[in-house]
Amino acid sequence: MTNLLEVENLTVKFPTRSGMFEAVRNISFSLGRERLGIVGESGSGKSITGRSILRLIRHPGILEAKRIALEGEDLLTKSEREMRKIRGHKISMVMQDPKFSLNPVMRIGDQICEAYRLHAKASKAEAREKTIKMLEAVLIRDPERVFNAYPHEMSGGMGQRIMIAMMLIPDPQILIADEPTSALDVTVQKEVLEIMDKLVRERGMGLIFISHDLNVVSAFCDRVLIMYAGRIVETCQADKLHEAKHPYTRGLLNSLPQLEHPVDRLAVLQRD
Amino acid sequence: MALTTDQEQRKRRRKSSFSPWIMGFGRVAFTVAITMIGLLFITFIIGRVMPIDPVLSIVGESASKSTYDEAYRQLGLDKPIIVQFFIFLWDVVRGDFGESLLTARPVLDDLIRVFPATLELATVGTIIGVGLGVPLGVIAAVKQGTWIDHIARVVALIGYSMPVFWIGLIGLLVFYGKLGWISGPGRLDIFYVDIIPTVTGMILIDSLLAGDTSVFWNAVSHIILPAGLLAYYSLAYISRMTRSFMLEQLDQEYITTARVKGLSEHAVVWRHALGNVKVPLITVIALSYAGLLEGSVLTETIFSWPGIGLYITTALLSADMNAVLGGTVVVGLVFVCLNIFSDLLYKFFDPRAK
Repeated sequence: MTNLLEVENLTVKFPTRSGMFEAVRNISFSLGRERLGIVGESGSGKSITGRSILRLIRHPGILEAKRIALEGEDLLTKSEREMRKIRGHKISMVMQDPKFSLNPVMRIGDQICEAYRLHAKASKAEAREKTIKMLEAVLIRDPERVFNAYPHEMSGGMGQRIMIAMMLIPDPQILIADEPTSALDVTVQKEVLEIMDKLVRERGMGLIFISHDLNVVSAFCDRVLIMYAGRIVETCQADKLHEAKHPYTRGLLNSLPQLEHPVDRLAVLQRD
Repeated sequence: MALTTDQEQRKRRRKSSFSPWIMGFGRVAFTVAITMIGLLFITFIIGRVMPIDPVLSIVGESASKSTYDEAYRQLGLDKPIIVQFFIFLWDVVRGDFGESLLTARPVLDDLIRVFPATLELATVGTIIGVGLGVPLGVIAAVKQGTWIDHIARVVALIGYSMPVFWIGLIGLLVFYGKLGWISGPGRLDIFYVDIIPTVTGMILIDSLLAGDTSVFWNAVSHIILPAGLLAYYSLAYISRMTRSFMLEQLDQEYITTARVKGLSEHAVVWRHALGNVKVPLITVIALSYAGLLEGSVLTETIFSWPGIGLYITTALLSADMNAVLGGTVVVGLVFVCLNIFSDLLYKFFDPRAK
């Protein structure tokens, strides 16, 4: 299997008053046409890793890597203008909370059309037709109405499906999903995941699924990277996550409550 | 089936959307009425408690006792003050503000003459101020911390802190006196006065309506410096506010979304971020516009601009209470109207406010 994406020796640093803070420390991984999970606690660098792939690290942050290659082409050598052709078009990202990640004063249809027309030189009518189809693909009922609605009129689950539609409409090869269900009601999490899974599978895309939810990741992904303090501490097959060896991974697993084996007091990670 | 019920619902919504409009209008009208009555009451009381004898300023100091008493009764000052207030209120509603002592003409006529002058000046000033201030604020926010940002800050600071009479006089000295690029004080050169018929009272518009471009360009050369000064003042405020609103919006997640889509920085900033800044900016612009419409006394004095600021000040200094009260009502009305207008714009630009 050829690799869609290869990341070698990625480091992301932020200058602070007390010196350089390394959010991501020298990590390497690759992604094929598969579903790769990245798990870790808050601040472990998983979101920054996702954003580095798009080269969207905000100003004081410094991105260093030997190579970030998309189908063999190094993204680090690209100009900002060339990067814009890759963002959305080749690599896309769904973010955590649709309440904040959709522009509140723009009609939903316009936001999706904008993403499509940017990369696919299409007429307005064509883009509209395609958008309606895409909204149907993410199981939005009455897409015509949603097209003309504003984000605040949508529920969280609908908002996230709209986000998925918007990010998949230019037909990218890689989707980065940065905690796509963390802000959602538990009852709609599964629905959103299933829609995303189906679309990613149909299109033969690569998916990077960033989450702190071990259960979701092990059920949903093929392979899992476990990150801690900016490093990848362990890589394993998702279905074998429960056989993980690294003490941090074990610690994470132990801190989950289990229905079959209830305990009085949940284990807490030992940090030394 | 689901579709038909949905359509029915929408039809019902359309039908019932008629009455909220009337309700809304009623509420607005009520608020305006209450605000205006309150404003009139306060100005009326201030007018009455001021140690100015309105009778004396009419009949003069050497009038006999009987003349004085007759004038006193004619003015209705023998009635209880609350009755006087309602008489005053009724007069105002009919558009009768009494006569101005200074100009010996009905105050209403005076106001119709002076307010358009201020309106013209303030509008041109605000248009220039917004046209330059908003882009300046946006650029300062995008280039935060760079020398461009610092220059924008200094420019705004000067606008805030320089006294307008000083910049105004220096401006006149340089551009009118030395360079001769513009015309001097007043609204028109003397030989252009009264050529065109008065329709709106705003010379720029009236001259265009009459199709007289020479009058138009003369008026432009007169208004450009005072309007530019007012514009500079409002630019200072608007650009600073725009900058802080923009910084707040550029931090939001939907900006990242726009970048992830592959949009250019230009589209991210001017379409996505500025689209969200429009809403709070409306209030800022409306406030600054209202401030200019009150009449900027200093600017109007320096440029001999026959506007409402100059009118009210002159009236105050000569104890011409009818004119002061009339002017206050106009200023109050302007504030209330601008408030309603910016509320409407809010609803138009922010889909969440509907």
